[in-house]
Amino acid sequence: MKVTFPHMGTLWIAAKAILEDLGLEVVIPPRPTRETMTLGVRHAPEFACLPLKVNVGNYIEAFERGAEAIVMAGGVGPCRFGYYAQVEREILDDLGFPYRMIVLEPPKGHLSDLINEIKDFTGQRSLMRIYRAVRLGLEKLTALDAVERRAGYVRAEEADKGATSHAVQKAMALIDRAALVGDIRAARGRGLELLEEVPRRPDQRPLRVGLVGEVYMLLEPSVNLDIERQLGEMGVAVERHVYLNDWVRSHLALDFLRMDHEREMRRAAEPYLRHWVGGHGLETIGNAVLYARRGFDGAIQVAPLTCMPEIVARSLLPVVSQDVDLPVLTLFLDEHSGEAGVRTRLEAFVDLLTRRRERKRPGDNERVQSGETRLEVIGDQR
Amino acid sequence: MSTNLVFVDADEMVLQALYLKTGGQPVKAVQEGLGMLGEEFGEDLAVGGVGATGSGRQLIGVVVGADVVKNEITAHAVAALQRYPGVRTIIEIGGQDSKIILIRDGVVVDFAMNTVCAAGTGSFLDRQAARLGVPIEDFGGLALRSQHPVRIAGRCAVFAESDMIHKQQMGHSVEDITRGLCQALVRNFLNNVAKGKEILPPVVFQGGVAANVGMKQAFEEALEVEVNVPTYFGVMGAIGAALLAKEELARNPRRSLFRGFGVSRTDFRTTSFECDGCSNHCEIIEIYLDAALAARWGGRCDRWERLERGRAAGTPAERTP
Repeated sequence: MKVTFPHMGTLWIAAKAILEDLGLEVVIPPRPTRETMTLGVRHAPEFACLPLKVNVGNYIEAFERGAEAIVMAGGVGPCRFGYYAQVEREILDDLGFPYRMIVLEPPKGHLSDLINEIKDFTGQRSLMRIYRAVRLGLEKLTALDAVERRAGYVRAEEADKGATSHAVQKAMALIDRAALVGDIRAARGRGLELLEEVPRRPDQRPLRVGLVGEVYMLLEPSVNLDIERQLGEMGVAVERHVYLNDWVRSHLALDFLRMDHEREMRRAAEPYLRHWVGGHGLETIGNAVLYARRGFDGAIQVAPLTCMPEIVARSLLPVVSQDVDLPVLTLFLDEHSGEAGVRTRLEAFVDLLTRRRERKRPGDNERVQSGETRLEVIGDQR
Repeated sequence: MSTNLVFVDADEMVLQALYLKTGGQPVKAVQEGLGMLGEEFGEDLAVGGVGATGSGRQLIGVVVGADVVKNEITAHAVAALQRYPGVRTIIEIGGQDSKIILIRDGVVVDFAMNTVCAAGTGSFLDRQAARLGVPIEDFGGLALRSQHPVRIAGRCAVFAESDMIHKQQMGHSVEDITRGLCQALVRNFLNNVAKGKEILPPVVFQGGVAANVGMKQAFEEALEVEVNVPTYFGVMGAIGAALLAKEELARNPRRSLFRGFGVSRTDFRTTSFECDGCSNHCEIIEIYLDAALAARWGGRCDRWERLERGRAAGTPAERTP
């Protein structure tokens, strides 16, 4: 059975490793392009969020490459994502694609459910085999995240535009090729070295921006207009509030591994939001507060249009922004988002952060105060 | 919609401001404008620096040889701050977009642009004025004469239009309808663009629509503060770009990249082709200046970024997978 799965950033590298190790043949979903989007938009409900549309496009393209089954994550809670595997199956049925859909529901404390599901579609592999495959996958995720995290900082200082992205490509290829845990660790080390070898401009003090919002939009560059790269090439260091590992582990109910951060994030969000609202709505609020505490210059919320959890977060962000003194830009994106409009907003936001930081420098307070007194002399001077 | 050129002296005084219709040909409009400026001030006049802004900033930046290419939000803020150093809210409504910029202590702290709706922008007002048979220049003045403005649904440009037609057919006067329309557009702006933003005085209203005294009055009524309209309200973006160019060259002194007024006679040609590197099928645009390739963009990856790279020699973008 040839299996495929939705494309989300570099997830394919880890997913491929796990599935192949379990003895399955894998059809790597093509990276989403305009063509993917066109297919998805044609067949998905108009009001569904962009991730569902891209998924559907992905499946159709993967089918053309010979895929017979789809491994898809399920979910629970207010975010519609939990229902997407089912909706997608219906859409594919209606279109006449004879796919088998394997849904990995978060196990809600019973890891055995998940294991049984995996056993079921891998032909009763032993627990040992499954453990080995998953461990391999998690190791790859850790390596991928380490490279992406570092790249977010290196890109802001690169001397040649695009050098960091090329180093990342090379590092990802190394990680993809590594077959054993030891090899993966070596690939991670080499990948990080490649990033350090990227020539830097001297004396840089890049702005730091935290990306918050919905996970798919953050992790998949082809739907977020490559926002990390755009910002990086404007000289802004970028960190995301979720990386692959965070998402996968919380989905497999393994988030006890990041308990400390989870608790801290919840505490930070508490003055504004005390409930889990699905998706990453709560995380968006909590992490925005944490970015402010870490001295970040700003935050950008990225979410698909009609995303309920992020709409909840959006309505709270103005207050958060004011309380913790952190400028926040919100981008709700869908297939209609104009690149030029997004670019203008990003540039203006970066200008805002730059001027704000210049103003905040010590010894500059005098000017700030005189700004206040000037208010009385308002009037057209001509 | 419009192409604006301003000529600013070393003391940041505006010597000349041109407001030209773009007519879909931005390069031609800029060449025309530069020709007019060159004629007026003499082509050998020393130009310290040039800035470009607006939706065509990248293209025009290449054409004229701009020292600074900046987004219009920053440019508008810089221009407003120069005229009104204490400004805290800027309302900018142009031909096709509208924005709000919040400034505190002389620094932009927040901004928003219209996303899905063009109600209230210049193009919309133009159309409605034409429908009412009122020259756009008289539109605002008519609104001021109204005693009983009609209430017009302003959530959506199309519905505002049909509601307006309905009110016409009910027999309301043109004055009352124009004022009602201004109020509807102001409501639309405050609910969509300025949604959730703290609007504090002093308020500056700029962009082409600021010419409309009816809109100014409607904003004053809705916000209950005085709304200031700068003298050069229609070309504030261009003034901002000029100030930014001056600032940039003061910080990093160098010769301006300005190609000279002769640009108005140079042959510019743009061509485009579809990249076949992947199924994104990016539209790559090339700008030729007297037959030499001057710039190229439009790709999602950097395949075409280097100018030396010929079209045939381009390697397919690295793809994953």
